[in-house]
Amino acid sequence: MASSNGRVIESSGESSPSTPFAQCPLPITDTPEILLGHGSGGKLTSRLVEQIFLPAFRNSALEPLDDQAILTIGNSRIAFTTDSYVITPIFFPGGDIGELAVNGTINDLAMGGAKPLYLSLAFILEEGLPIVDLERIVASARRAADRAGVQIVTGDTKVVGRGSGDKIFINTTGIGLVPPAINLSSRNVRPGDAILLSGTIGDHGVAILSTREGLEFEGALESDTAALHELAGEMLQACPEIHAMRDPTRGGLAATLVEIASRQHLGIEVDETAIPIRDTVRGACEILGLDPILVANEGKLVAFVPEPAAAGVLAAMRRHPFGRDASLIGRVTTEHPDFVILRTPVGGDRVLDLPFGEALPRIC
Amino acid sequence: MCLGIPGEIIAARDENGLRVGSVRFAGITRQVCLQYVPEAAVGDFVVVHVGFAISKIDREEAERSYRILEDLGQTSELTDDQRARIKPS
Amino acid sequence: MKYLDEYRDSAVASSLIKEIARTATRPWVLMEVCGGQTHSIVRYGIDRMIPESIELVHGPGCPVCVTSLEMIDKAHAIASHPDVIFTSFGDMLRVPGSRGDLLTLKSRGADVRVVYSPLDAVQIARDNPGKHVVFFGVGFETTAPANAMSVYRAKLEGVKNYSMLVSHVLVPPAMAAVLNAPDNRVQGFLGPGHVCAVVGYREYESLCDRFHVPIVVTGFEPIDLLEGILMTVRQLEAGRAEVENQYVRAVARDGNGPAIDLISKVFEVADRKWRGVGPIPQSGYQLRDEYRDHDAEKIFEVESIATRESETCISGLILRGARKPSDCPAFGKECTPQRPLGATMVSAEGACAAYYQYGRYLSGRAVAKAAPADESNGKAHP
Repeated sequence: MASSNGRVIESSGESSPSTPFAQCPLPITDTPEILLGHGSGGKLTSRLVEQIFLPAFRNSALEPLDDQAILTIGNSRIAFTTDSYVITPIFFPGGDIGELAVNGTINDLAMGGAKPLYLSLAFILEEGLPIVDLERIVASARRAADRAGVQIVTGDTKVVGRGSGDKIFINTTGIGLVPPAINLSSRNVRPGDAILLSGTIGDHGVAILSTREGLEFEGALESDTAALHELAGEMLQACPEIHAMRDPTRGGLAATLVEIASRQHLGIEVDETAIPIRDTVRGACEILGLDPILVANEGKLVAFVPEPAAAGVLAAMRRHPFGRDASLIGRVTTEHPDFVILRTPVGGDRVLDLPFGEALPRIC
Repeated sequence: MCLGIPGEIIAARDENGLRVGSVRFAGITRQVCLQYVPEAAVGDFVVVHVGFAISKIDREEAERSYRILEDLGQTSELTDDQRARIKPS
Repeated sequence: MKYLDEYRDSAVASSLIKEIARTATRPWVLMEVCGGQTHSIVRYGIDRMIPESIELVHGPGCPVCVTSLEMIDKAHAIASHPDVIFTSFGDMLRVPGSRGDLLTLKSRGADVRVVYSPLDAVQIARDNPGKHVVFFGVGFETTAPANAMSVYRAKLEGVKNYSMLVSHVLVPPAMAAVLNAPDNRVQGFLGPGHVCAVVGYREYESLCDRFHVPIVVTGFEPIDLLEGILMTVRQLEAGRAEVENQYVRAVARDGNGPAIDLISKVFEVADRKWRGVGPIPQSGYQLRDEYRDHDAEKIFEVESIATRESETCISGLILRGARKPSDCPAFGKECTPQRPLGATMVSAEGACAAYYQYGRYLSGRAVAKAAPADESNGKAHP
């Protein structure tokens, strides 16, 4: 049981060599091969990063493990990011892999407060991919770039034999400039911060899954893929001291909240009823047995805002087309550090945690 | 797997002697086997489990029993004083 | 969503909790039978909203969890057959047998497919005449109508390459096993709502009489569960032991006539071995002899395999409500959904999986209670 002042007695469960039943079972970190679950954005992914990548490459720019790295070069602060897109199907309601790649990369930059400027696009194409599909994807990427005012300035193309890829994988990098007064990082999140969510959750994941599962829908059920740099810009105008922003992609809103809570050793409280969700998405989640808070998004952001500025930032969000359904969903707290507690719709509570497993593989 | 979700029948037809239909769950429609609810018609709600309707929702019973719950809400707003008097010893 | 949202209303929940607090004058131990109910309780935090004196223990209502190791190993053996397309619900893929699980077999080339409904499996059989399609028929009575229909239709339409590996289990014998155990502490039951929607609740009346325990047939939403708890506690306080129906909107005493008819046409009651509990007589279904051509156990001669259970796993104790997942030393450490030691961790309806998914392995170490706005909600658990 926790002590009465709320201090955590132990940190979140990692395998411990001192457990009494250690004779039989396998330690949970010991998987000799990569599993599909390593790509889900949940625990396995974190573990891979923390146990393999971070130790190998460690440096001060990498350390924060934000969506982007902020580098000082001369007098400028440059936001730099990379991403890969392996989504299937490559064409889905509301977009395709090309648009997703451009918007997603822009968003990683925007979450660092940067104005996105230049992208690279590297294609890994599977032998047999119809050229018309490639043209469609490229046109889509171009439109997304134009809408956002960014340029694709360099690229690469590789082809692998039939069966060695899956139609098309896209890798990107992005560069943007961070204005002098802006300083966004998960390290800035403080107790008392208001947590603002820009809109409905689960749209992207459900759109993809419904296509895979052949669910029929009445009305639009589309991926919410969108470039959020302008919305972020409006928010920073309303309050340049916003502490952090994240775009919750794979692993859903849950992944973002749990990551921040556990890395920054802070508590987070969220009211489930304050989280906006479309009826169709809710219905699909009921039928498919999914928890919407774990489902991927591609056009939403979460901001950690100093409490006094929360109302102003929320108003600014709601004025923007991508923030119409923005909502104050919770707070950062000193209670239960490392843990995210959700207040359930009936007034109970539950601790939010990330799954190991692979509910929605290759979702972005 | 054991999920039994309530949905509304929006269409029904016969397919090779099996009664099937479209059932809507908040904007999602799925094909469901209606063979076990012959009394359920378009507009009725059914509980669906692994692609089969296993029970028709009894609207009247639902309303009646829900009203009792809502009334409970009225009585539970008693003052401590009143509550103490009602509660045995 | 109609018939869901109203049953998640926080004001109604609040009234019910107050009423439970008013009604309960002493501690009671209740068991919710169905895995779906366990899941809902943990997901909404219901067990921590009700007075501390009411303890909820979780029952064996997870059919995936109670499928015997021998049956799992048989399934794996059949799935490994090169001419077989092995189909099942998603849960079964990761249930550990003596050596690995279906997912491992799939990654090594076995044709294993997840289906949403057993009728989908019959369609796969129609679409693949050169293969034999086996459906893993796991479930309580709730799933029996669907499974029965698939076998019935396959026979009617002459789909010869479809068979079912039947592992149906029945709830009343399981409840009797719980009540007969020497360390049983359960005093009242929340009965399985969807099982009773299918087969009715007449049979539970004899359990009531035999063991003198209240049984309240209960639904799955938070309001259903709270109302079921209230009704059970009222009976216990009054010294009554009857079957009552909370889930009136979906359950009738006689159940679903057409479903019961087809189930009796296709299945007959048989003895079954329950994982973690042992053999219970007349506790499952098997296919009737006239459906032997669609009975995978008869079609595939599988030699008895020496089974190997994890020594650490206490699934058996959890399924009887004698322990909670948080009591298990392996819970959240050696045993996680990613590397499950036992079935209660693998199945989405298993108590261990529910606890894990909703962070219960963490909440013993965190302050799990965000301060309730209204203190008169009744005392809640830390």
